[in-house]
Amino acid sequence: MRGRPLLHTSYGSDMALFNTMSKKVAVGLLILVALALPFGLEDKWLSLLATCCVAAIGAIGLGLVTGYAGQVSLGHAFFFGIGAYTSAYISGDPDGRTLGLGQTNMLLWLPAAGLVALLFGVLVAPLATRLRGLYLAIVTLALVFIGQHVFGEWDALTGGTGVGRAPAKLELFGYDLAATDSIGTKDQKVFWVMALLLMVFALAARNIARSKVGRAFNAIRDRDIAAGVIGVNLARYKTVAFAISSFYAGCAGALLYTIVGFIEPGSFSLLLSVQYIAMVLIGGAGTISGAIAGAFFITLLPTITRELQPLVPFVSTEASKVPNIFQVETILYGLLIIGFLIFEPRGLFGLWIRIRAYWKSWPFSY
Amino acid sequence: MVDLIEAVVRGLGKGSVYALLALGFVIIFKATRVISFAQPAFMLAGVVMVSYFVGPLGFWGALVAAMVLTGLLALGVERTAVRPMIGRPAFVVAIITLGVDVAVRVVVVAFIGLNVRQVGDPWGLKTHDLGVITVYERDVASFAVTAVLVAALFAYFRYTRMGLAMRAASYDQEAALAQGVSVGSVFALSWAMAGGLAAVAGTFAAAGESVDGLMWLIALTALPVIILGGLDSLAGAVIGGLIVGVLQEIVANYQSAMPWLGGNVSIITPYVVMLLVLLVRPYGLFGTREVERV
Repeated sequence: MRGRPLLHTSYGSDMALFNTMSKKVAVGLLILVALALPFGLEDKWLSLLATCCVAAIGAIGLGLVTGYAGQVSLGHAFFFGIGAYTSAYISGDPDGRTLGLGQTNMLLWLPAAGLVALLFGVLVAPLATRLRGLYLAIVTLALVFIGQHVFGEWDALTGGTGVGRAPAKLELFGYDLAATDSIGTKDQKVFWVMALLLMVFALAARNIARSKVGRAFNAIRDRDIAAGVIGVNLARYKTVAFAISSFYAGCAGALLYTIVGFIEPGSFSLLLSVQYIAMVLIGGAGTISGAIAGAFFITLLPTITRELQPLVPFVSTEASKVPNIFQVETILYGLLIIGFLIFEPRGLFGLWIRIRAYWKSWPFSY
Repeated sequence: MVDLIEAVVRGLGKGSVYALLALGFVIIFKATRVISFAQPAFMLAGVVMVSYFVGPLGFWGALVAAMVLTGLLALGVERTAVRPMIGRPAFVVAIITLGVDVAVRVVVVAFIGLNVRQVGDPWGLKTHDLGVITVYERDVASFAVTAVLVAALFAYFRYTRMGLAMRAASYDQEAALAQGVSVGSVFALSWAMAGGLAAVAGTFAAAGESVDGLMWLIALTALPVIILGGLDSLAGAVIGGLIVGVLQEIVANYQSAMPWLGGNVSIITPYVVMLLVLLVRPYGLFGTREVERV
């Protein structure tokens, strides 16, 4: 239907992967930009953007369970940790200081990381099916603390607090994806890999969201008892939601630390969970594109504030002075969460909807 | 046996701190149906204020001043960040308080600075010998102060007009409003009370030690406490706090007998206890079961 993108005459077109022309065009353009970016940007920015892509995978996972299925999880950091350590264990040096199996192929450790995290997600799910709302939030918070304790104490696997261990190796059938060669520099190649993976994970999530499972998630979020009454199997779909979300978190955890280059047990803290919750909420809960936008925004925030520091000279860059840039960064982060939730609950996605509506109804945009 | 009794006494002292914090959480939850993740920040703010006021005002003066000021801070937060969110899902408001916590805590930690700050309590690490067991004065003091505060709170809720109004509002906000209860001031007052309680709890947590930015983790321990006791039960908060405090100290005492658990396992004890209790009783020990209508 030319000129009427929202008129759907069949279920097929309503539920299509990209149900309007402009979505197709936008996604196509984004892919082209992602392909071209490594030729135009400095390596330090590319590595940052690669981190953003991985964060987006994690945020999509949390978005599925919190945004789509409405189950609040503060335990994302725990599943990140499981993924990171599973991958590091499989790909680690068998004769090294920490445990390892020496299987460096990415096709092996990436799914394994996701699956082990998924297993833990399924183990937690029975609690999730019994509890709702804030009770669930605090129980998942407990996961983070217990996880942090285990990671900190299991020296043989994690290297111990403050010491850490090497992450998985980014390698595919013996080809090192994280080394400079004739195809590109290290950061260019890592960026392409992560952007490709983000695309795969985002498409998969979008497909889940528009299928029967996704509709069940939405029904549970909107009113779980009503959903149960009309025949949605609550226990089953809540378990599925946790399983998928943990799988995403596990994969993101495994990938994230290949960029960071180092896994420290203390990093899987409540702060990490809050960061991902912030990504989902600031981006826009219940949308895939929102989760991606939120992940890029939150991951880029520290760098942006540091680049803007010269504009506010009274803020120091040294950690020993007050006020310093690190404090401003954290405060800004807290205020952004508050501000977005009060003034634009639909997040960045909502801002986009507003802008679109403004121009759509122009000149009657009041 | 002596070890065990000493651990229980220490646990009661520590548990009193949890009980005060948990009371704050429960009061806010009963009034607004929200868990305030900003309690850690209020606690830290209270302690830092005490450490600044203790010079000119003395310990008790500083404690009261910090209680009032932290209460006002909490009131301000409720007004600016939480009041606009009435009617929105509880989870969203909880995340807002998480944002408040992150922002406020940075400011407060900046006030701690690099020097060692202390709350200047009169007990320090002094001990008393009671027969064969040795007890720390600070544990007795925190237990006594908590007992007084809890008694005062229960009397307040039972016998005063405003206490009655708060109980009514926690039962049904709209019905209370229709009966002439100012639900807005109930919200404000419960946040202020929670802030004041957090300040006292923080001060006793820091008694005999120095003020540290990491103390906010103590306030988080109050979360398993309120789940254990039941989110909407004041008595549950007090009992849950004492149970968790005692268990934590007992585990810390006998941890060397179980080396495979790793060091500092007492930190996660409250969370493990909470998970176990929830498997049996999803609404905690004293919480009321939610009745839902479609």
